[in-house]
Amino acid sequence: MFASPPRFCAMAAATTPWLWAACLVLTLAGLYIGFAVAPTDATQGESYRIIYIHVPAAWMSMILYVAMAFWAAVGWAFNARMGSLLAHALAPTGAMFTFVALWTGALWGRPTWGTWWVWDARLTSELVLLFLYLGYIALRAAIDDEQRADKASALLAIVGVVNVPIIYFSVRWWNTLHQGASVSLTAAPRMAQIMLTGMLVMTFACWAYAFAAVFTRARGYALERDAGAAWVHEHLETHAKERA
Amino acid sequence: MQGLPDWITLGGHGLYVWGSYAVTLVAMLVDAWSARRAVQQQRDRLEEDPT
Repeated sequence: MFASPPRFCAMAAATTPWLWAACLVLTLAGLYIGFAVAPTDATQGESYRIIYIHVPAAWMSMILYVAMAFWAAVGWAFNARMGSLLAHALAPTGAMFTFVALWTGALWGRPTWGTWWVWDARLTSELVLLFLYLGYIALRAAIDDEQRADKASALLAIVGVVNVPIIYFSVRWWNTLHQGASVSLTAAPRMAQIMLTGMLVMTFACWAYAFAAVFTRARGYALERDAGAAWVHEHLETHAKERA
Repeated sequence: MQGLPDWITLGGHGLYVWGSYAVTLVAMLVDAWSARRAVQQQRDRLEEDPT
């Protein structure tokens, strides 16, 4: 499915409406838990409620970068068009989540730390991630030849993936103002169960959003790259009828 | 701010909390619009030149 543009586009067109719907339902459920059910935090007060979007956005920013580097590497190593297209489609959504993580972090830092920004390892490495996404997008846009753009941007994506473990482990490796991880795969969560539930529901909402946005964008890129092919006409006609 | 429900003012941190969700909403809408535009452009192109 991920090797054949016609099959990918058919799958994306069929699943995307359900993914948008799942995103909406999960977001409403997550916000209800986060704002109506979860209590006020004993130390941070009400400002902690920013975590219901800040933490999922930060997780997604790292996960989407790894996914982008993976698909860019697949596209490069196997000369697989869909791999490069998926990497290309992941970049704007990954950049968006990184932007959201940085902004919501600043809006949480002001009332909690008393400052919008500090040049500590976690914040700085997350900012570097945003520059990597923007660099990837700019590099692709600067090269007219599609295949050369795929290869050059894949190299940047693969080299840049080294920044992801730096972001994740920065709070352990260096003495940062940013707090350590409250949720880990290897230890019990250091937060109330209901707060964790709200955060995880919002994380699933972000996953649904990311799949919907990336599938939609990748579909557009695949249709553009194969413009003129018979399957593109059939696909657009089929889905024009569905819309009507 | 006095008189507004507590869940809007959020103990004086409402601007930061709601600001965070507003920034997120705008960023997601822009991203979703740009994704949808990628498909819409191909649809428009086909309508202009069906060959």
